Amino acid sequence: MTLDRAGVHDLLAEYGALLDSAKYDEWLGLFAAECCYSVIPRENFERGLPVGLMFCDSRAMLEDRIMALREANKSNIHTDRHLIGLPRLRPPGAEQLVVEAPFAVFQTDQEGSTRLFATGLYRDRLELAAGGLKIRDKLVLLDTFAVPTLLATPL
Amino acid sequence: MMVTDLIWPALDYSRVPYRLYHDAEIYEREQRHIFQGPVWHYLGLEAEIPQPGDFRATWLGETPVVFNRDGASAVKAFVNRCAHRGALVRRELSGNAQEHICIYHQWCYGLDGGLTAIPFRRGVRGKGGLDADFDMGAHGLRALRVGIVDGVIFGTLAQDAEPVEDYLGAPILVQLRRLFDRPVRVLGYNRQRIRANWKLYAENTRDNYHASLLHEFLVTFGLDRSTQVGGVKMDQRHRHNITWAEGDSDTDEIARQAYASARVRNDYLSLKEPALVTFRPEREDKLNLAVTSVFPSSVFVQISNSLAIRQIRPRGVDEFEVFQTMIGYADDSPEMTLHRLRQANFVGPAGLVSMEDGEAIEIVHRASKPDPDRTTIIELGGGGVISDRDYRVTDVPLRGFWSYYAELLGIEPAGAVR
Repeated sequence: MTLDRAGVHDLLAEYGALLDSAKYDEWLGLFAAECCYSVIPRENFERGLPVGLMFCDSRAMLEDRIMALREANKSNIHTDRHLIGLPRLRPPGAEQLVVEAPFAVFQTDQEGSTRLFATGLYRDRLELAAGGLKIRDKLVLLDTFAVPTLLATPL
Repeated sequence: MMVTDLIWPALDYSRVPYRLYHDAEIYEREQRHIFQGPVWHYLGLEAEIPQPGDFRATWLGETPVVFNRDGASAVKAFVNRCAHRGALVRRELSGNAQEHICIYHQWCYGLDGGLTAIPFRRGVRGKGGLDADFDMGAHGLRALRVGIVDGVIFGTLAQDAEPVEDYLGAPILVQLRRLFDRPVRVLGYNRQRIRANWKLYAENTRDNYHASLLHEFLVTFGLDRSTQVGGVKMDQRHRHNITWAEGDSDTDEIARQAYASARVRNDYLSLKEPALVTFRPEREDKLNLAVTSVFPSSVFVQISNSLAIRQIRPRGVDEFEVFQTMIGYADDSPEMTLHRLRQANFVGPAGLVSMEDGEAIEIVHRASKPDPDRTTIIELGGGGVISDRDYRVTDVPLRGFWSYYAELLGIEPAGAVR
């Protein structure tokens, strides 16, 4: 994956597909060795309030979140489907790239009923590393901050 | 069906009919007798409205409420509903203003809730407008009584409610004074929408038994276990409850033996970032868990260094929102704030030790709906008398909740425990 629009498209497509198919180790592989992942309710972000729903400011914490998801946490039984919109790239061409992309996640329960679970905006800082294009920071700005039921899987 | 005291199969509230979670008539009665009744509800924090004119909107049951700091720095709270046509007056959730103006016909209210201006009150060119004897003084925003405990703002619609300190009672006051023993800083909010009856959540926060069984993170990573020193402590009327535990008060080996009968994994995994679960004592006591439930809708939570206030907001008989305010202290170092932001991962809709409540409560609501006369069992720690316990495998405070609930709804059976 490269530091251009095609590379960003590939990364975002992989990102959604890996989460939706519960391939969390491969999903973790999209992040840089030093990384930060956070989900912030829009009402906090707009008021300059720092607290998030998920806040992993190191790769170790992000790996712990996935371990907890696998080993300890229980959630409503469902499948996810990410729809990730066209990314805005700015500024293009540097060592790092800031990307914004709108997203929606639909949840479908075991009996086939689907609901809109979350919508919001990804604000990613990407960097070119040895293994390709990686996520250095990911801020998930959550529009749907009245979270239906619970949020177990990262968005 | 008329709901009467005959609804209870047991005088110790160890059996609760499912009807109470699903009946629309009961829900209406709760709004009148509980949410608008002689109880005190958490509204917000003084720290959220530091300046004159600062306001926040909130809910008291399904009733919209706004609270603000007036010109004399006093905290006032009102029903957020225009006297004229019943519109929401203040539509924003927070801000600063010198008055509250309804957009519909521009009726204007001061920070004391008084009606201060009505457009075209005398009509135009002597025609139209209100009658000359219309009494503006009688048509302000409906005031709540406000009670403040160490910066925590409580409100009630019942003018005859007992003083807030008496309502809370000694053990609850001690806990609040402990949590708010220094100025707080709001770190932000989170919300969870649960498709179930609000009382299932009020029960959940009083249920010590479920904590380490449903929330396996607690046990898997050794954070909180039923083998720790802990218990439940209530006010005299048993309507409120403190669930408490002390850190480092058991060992892995004791826990492993105790949990052998439960199908809970006991190999005690370790985190790659153990600082996440590190408790930094902030006081002389050893409490690392204190969940203080105030009847009916407020919960004050300390889980390790994660501090929060939860407000239960009913949204009809089948849905509620948990609105949670995350706090730290004004004098926290940047490093301590970072620690709290990390431990905020424990709670809320994505909380490592709380997310499961959303699912557990929804599956109770879903499965119990078709059989209104069947009952739930509340008997951990035994039935009979409602009293404090110095152990953790108990749900006795749920019976205290139902006892006071029955009294307020006028369905308390003769001879029932209190």
